[in-house]
Amino acid sequence: MKLLSRYLLGAGLLVNLTVLAAPLNFDFKDPKGVNNATFKLDAPLEAISGNATGISGTVAFDPQAPAATTGKIVVATSSLRVGNPIQQEHMLGAQWLDAAKYPEISFTARELKNVKTSGDTTTAEVVGTFSLKGISKTLTVPVKLTYLKDKLGQRVPDLKGDLLVIRANFSIKRSDFGIMPGQAEEKVAETIELTLSIAGAAPR
Amino acid sequence: MIRRLIRITALLVLVAALAAWVAAGANRGWTKTSVPVQRTDEVTGLTVDDYQKRFVPGVDFLVAAVLGAGVLAASSFLFRKPQPQPSN
Repeated sequence: MKLLSRYLLGAGLLVNLTVLAAPLNFDFKDPKGVNNATFKLDAPLEAISGNATGISGTVAFDPQAPAATTGKIVVATSSLRVGNPIQQEHMLGAQWLDAAKYPEISFTARELKNVKTSGDTTTAEVVGTFSLKGISKTLTVPVKLTYLKDKLGQRVPDLKGDLLVIRANFSIKRSDFGIMPGQAEEKVAETIELTLSIAGAAPR
Repeated sequence: MIRRLIRITALLVLVAALAAWVAAGANRGWTKTSVPVQRTDEVTGLTVDDYQKRFVPGVDFLVAAVLGAGVLAASSFLFRKPQPQPSN
């Protein structure tokens, strides 16, 4: 009997520890429509800039072990937006992003390096695979993660849980991803500056 | 009479386009049909640009207006200049 109770106590502790150690899964489909990725390319008359709000994906984040963070963020290509209608048409057309054939732009995080945590904020370099227009390349991107414990209810009433805010700034070369390589460089810069500002929710 | 009317119309087109461009903020970039309006989420501190439909004429609009007015003014030469009445 004593042995059985010790066994059950041990098993209970093990289950609790497993639950505590499990990473939280944050869903980045944002009902508020705030999650966005911005892009900017230099051009002679004025810089071409815009954003995309069609963001989804999940990230597994453990507040006790931020270095173990993994996940995938997806941007719907058709959600990219600029103010000029002709630029918008060209951008999503077959010559540039070919949104019909390549409907998703994604980043899959494999590992975090140079992880520094202070309070609820973690900075790191995330190594992962960036996929655009059917071409995937490994990128290392500086990232800032902010864990907001129990803040989900403030954003979505009637829900309890946590929020994870991810911010990242990086740049890519359009020729690396087959976007009019070596062409129209006098009209549109080779470098695309990207900014990711997203928040994910982990309801309890 | 018609020549003068066409030329005055061309001038009006030019002035109206310039006035519309200045009134909309004298945008020295491309014409836009939607503009970003920033919104901030108080809980996360994230900001997003929501695009709202608004016509903002740019330099391409001005160029089109100048070309249009020029074509209109040039077309006035298709009409005959009034001949002076022979004096007795």
